[in-house]
Amino acid sequence: MADDFAPLLEIAGLSRHFGGLKVIHALDLAVARTEILGILGPNGAGKSTLFNLIAGVLAPSGGAIRYEGRDVTHLRAWDRCRAGIGRTYQIPKPFAHMSVFENVLVAAVHGGGAGIRQARLEAAGVLERTGLSAQHARPAGSLTLLDLKRLELARALAVKPRLLLLDEIAGGLTEAECGTLLDIIVQVHAGGTGIVWIEHVIQALRRACTRLAVLHGGAILADGLPDAVLADPRVKHVYLGT
Amino acid sequence: MAFRSPSLAMLACRLALLGGIAVLLLAPWLFDSEGLAVLTQFLTLLVLALMWNLLAGYADIITVGQHAFVGIGAYAFYGFAALAGVNPYAAIPLAALVALVAAVPAMAIVFRLRAAYLAVGTWVVAQVFMLLAGKLPGFGFGSGVSLPIAVAQAFGTDPAGRYTTIYLLALGLAAVTLISTWLLLRSRIGIGLTAMRDNEEAAGALGVNIVRARILCFLWTAPFLGLAGAIITLQNLRISPPASFSIIDWTVFVIFNVVIGGIGTLEGPILGTALFFVLRAYFSDLGTWHLIILGVLSIVVILIEPRGLWGLLRRVLPGDLIPVSHRRAAAAGAVRAAPERFEPQPPA
Repeated sequence: MADDFAPLLEIAGLSRHFGGLKVIHALDLAVARTEILGILGPNGAGKSTLFNLIAGVLAPSGGAIRYEGRDVTHLRAWDRCRAGIGRTYQIPKPFAHMSVFENVLVAAVHGGGAGIRQARLEAAGVLERTGLSAQHARPAGSLTLLDLKRLELARALAVKPRLLLLDEIAGGLTEAECGTLLDIIVQVHAGGTGIVWIEHVIQALRRACTRLAVLHGGAILADGLPDAVLADPRVKHVYLGT
Repeated sequence: MAFRSPSLAMLACRLALLGGIAVLLLAPWLFDSEGLAVLTQFLTLLVLALMWNLLAGYADIITVGQHAFVGIGAYAFYGFAALAGVNPYAAIPLAALVALVAAVPAMAIVFRLRAAYLAVGTWVVAQVFMLLAGKLPGFGFGSGVSLPIAVAQAFGTDPAGRYTTIYLLALGLAAVTLISTWLLLRSRIGIGLTAMRDNEEAAGALGVNIVRARILCFLWTAPFLGLAGAIITLQNLRISPPASFSIIDWTVFVIFNVVIGGIGTLEGPILGTALFFVLRAYFSDLGTWHLIILGVLSIVVILIEPRGLWGLLRRVLPGDLIPVSHRRAAAAGAVRAAPERFEPQPPA
């Protein structure tokens, strides 16, 4: 496609203040469809707030968000999801009294815009892909934390996103599980989805990401190729503490 | 043996439900007028419970003003049947229509508020409707008015026949309410509502249009509440602002019933309303005590299991009594037939 390198997501001067606390301040960021952008940052750097702003859960105090060339700054969360922005939550928010299958079905029907019949097939496929098939009939509230994180990913995938926001989904995985997760992410990306991935597992980011950005104090501190960013002395200072 | 008992419990619940339906269907032959009157009250309160549960249990609209639409239905029915001379049977659906129309401006006010403010707001709106009803000429003002004999006789010339007709209308209304609400919850909108019940923010983030779902639920309940109001009027043979718009009878008891039975489920309101009538039958001699028992019971239930008695039972039962949930399609088995391509790697 001709617009492969045109920004999928453009954030300009984005701010979110909680009282006097400037969690996100004058942040600029652009993400192309061809990218897997990893976001690093110390705790409290504003990473999850950034996702809540992009997904429309929080309203910004200032600035603008454009998605696929259109201003979505004032769009409600569900409209952004319908437009193709899928997200996971760092702290899982399952529909606890619904089955695992239904959790994914909600996303396929509402976010993905499929009819129930079609959505059922899609949901079953997504469960296979994320390794949750064996748990399909269990109430989501009874899952372990790891499976809840898988469910977060499964629901976000069922939306059929063109922009996927992943918030710390690799923590606590074994080497093999992390490999499976990376396969899924690379596969989704190959299908034409731009990905922004907040993660503390640096090795996972290094293996999957085409670009890394470091968030510090509510703004982008460093942005570039993963190895270059990780080698940046400022990054080492704020993030690795050396 | 342990794994058999849940399915036995399920069987017992199914039998109880089927038995209840059978009794309701055969009631005109089983009960006298007095019994039918109690069952009519049960069915109308069941309709109110199902509607309050849809609003509070799924759409997070904790309304304390649903008696407004019962009263509006009652007054509209009287207006059409007694004042405008419309066929009394046709006046019933017209009452539903008026309740629906009244819901639109009420919604505009109510939807600007959330949580506790919404509860207070719905109550205020309901009180305003009640006071307006007391100002209407032709409706007996503050003290109300009786239904003309001709209107009552349209539903049966002798009292016994009339009780049967009113009972059958209430049974039809309850059946339509239950089945349509079940279909709503099974639909794509219902999947979104059930998700909202469990986690509103996540539902919104996954594409569920929360505002639209709320509006739909609010407008959905109004005509059913109006129909219940018309049937209550037929049974009581009179309208009056305090009785037709009774917050105690049409909202407070209903909230108790839903909370005790199990909010956010389809079975809970049925169980809660049935229990309410059993308690009332056995403890009504005790007067106020039966209300005190009801209040204590609701507090105990909330402390032990926020999802009510049905939530307690549901811990033992393997599934829903009235299945609302969606199961994975059989086609998923076909995908599983080729596991090596999709199965996750076993943990190292």
